[in-house]
Amino acid sequence: MTVGAWEAFLLVLHRELCLSFRRPEQLFQPLVFFLIVTTLFPLGLSLQLSALRDIAPGVLWVAALLSSLLSLDSLFKSDADDGTLEQLALSGQGLTLIVVAKTGAHWLVTGLALVIVSPIVAIALGIPTSAFAIMMLSLALGTLTLSWLGAIGAGLTIGLRRGNVLLSLIVLPLATPLLIFGAAATDRAISGTSTAGAMYFLAALCVFTCTLAPWAATAALRITLE
Amino acid sequence: MTNEFWSMGGYARYVWPCYGIAGAVLAWNLWAAGRYLAAAKLRAARALAMASSEAR
Amino acid sequence: MWTWFYKLASPPYVYGVAAALRLWLFGAAALAMGYGLIAGLAIAPPDYQQGEAFRMIYVHVPGAILSLTVYTVMAAASAVALIWRIKVGHAVAAASAPIGASFALLALVTGSLWGKPMWGTYWAWDPRLTSELILLFLYVGVMSLRSAFEDPLRGDRAAALLAVVGVVNVPIVHFSVVWWNSLHQGATIVRIGAPKMPGSMLWPLLSMWLGFMLFFGAVLCMRLQAEVLNRERQASWVREAIKS
Repeated sequence: MTVGAWEAFLLVLHRELCLSFRRPEQLFQPLVFFLIVTTLFPLGLSLQLSALRDIAPGVLWVAALLSSLLSLDSLFKSDADDGTLEQLALSGQGLTLIVVAKTGAHWLVTGLALVIVSPIVAIALGIPTSAFAIMMLSLALGTLTLSWLGAIGAGLTIGLRRGNVLLSLIVLPLATPLLIFGAAATDRAISGTSTAGAMYFLAALCVFTCTLAPWAATAALRITLE
Repeated sequence: MTNEFWSMGGYARYVWPCYGIAGAVLAWNLWAAGRYLAAAKLRAARALAMASSEAR
Repeated sequence: MWTWFYKLASPPYVYGVAAALRLWLFGAAALAMGYGLIAGLAIAPPDYQQGEAFRMIYVHVPGAILSLTVYTVMAAASAVALIWRIKVGHAVAAASAPIGASFALLALVTGSLWGKPMWGTYWAWDPRLTSELILLFLYVGVMSLRSAFEDPLRGDRAAALLAVVGVVNVPIVHFSVVWWNSLHQGATIVRIGAPKMPGSMLWPLLSMWLGFMLFFGAVLCMRLQAEVLNRERQASWVREAIKS
């Protein structure tokens, strides 16, 4: 029974989501890390919300970046370990399609989860509720871009000893524009000035990455699997 | 070389370390590349020697 | 003409060319840098605003330009190697990476020393400086990725992909002073229209730029010889080649 491309995409997406929810602890770990990291900053710097508000966008974004990095390792690793990845590559369905499904599922359970949890963290850092909409939208765009950058990095570092460190070394320099514009957008939202410039840039980065990264990630996988 | 030259208009403690670091970087490049090439030739010679002794 | 191009894909040919060119490139680099240093340090007049401190330009700018050029060379060689599966491309990329990284470091450190008297600070989170720092991180990432693999060919190909992905940073570094409000000076040489510098200051700078380029070429030749040897050890031509 041959399966069309769209059905294949949905199948892989469904599989990824099922596997993720089968181990809910794995879903919660990056979120808990996110919460813990954001707690460290007030404890280390200042307990006054008014003082925290100034650094809140940066802290939020750095914590989101680091939590996302933690979860990227699981994108391809378990499938590579038990041979499923090779089977998927050989399946005759385009590998790019499968990569898009996997990365999309990954973003849904990590990036989107971060976006949903972010108001809690924002309150802890003194960010006013008026800024929440922009904050969450910018985080949504940013984490999606990051999932794709991470897919490239994860594809290149599957199965390497200390692959995690190398993954961070690869992804973080590429993610700095994200950090700069995402934090700027949130910062402007807090101070009430126009967020349009930063948001447009963030959206442009997202579109650019989502367009080109699938091919780069597929190429990375082919290099690793060959 | 006048004193004026060495003092670089008062900026000597920035200008000369600058050139010193540049010289160090260029020298390192030369030295490291030389070592790398020597090591590569040595490894190649050893691999060839092993291959020819195995062939016998 | 194309036969010359095809020859470049042959490891023994490339090894021979590199071995032959090396000394000439070093000599030419020494001449260019010699003139540049003498003219730049002793002959060029002091700057109206910066005084003698501007002389740091003669190592800072060539280092910075080269850090970008070398990354582009590395990315181009990587692309060639990935697309057409020409292993010599991997050798060129692997050889260029440490040289380019050292130039990026040079640009950052000399820039820092220049920034202190001019801007009052050793560092600023300014678009030009930040993107150059990211360039250094990218270099380190490419080199680390290559060495992390046990299979050298796989390591080459992974590093090549990363180099190509990271090349997007090169135009960002160059245009950062145009696109954003930057502390760093705008483009004076590589721009449309005449350069904004008087001749007595410009010629030593161009000469140092050329000298650094030739120096890169010379060191590249040495490293390229080593990289080719490392990838071709059992081949028959190696026996003759390493006798030199």
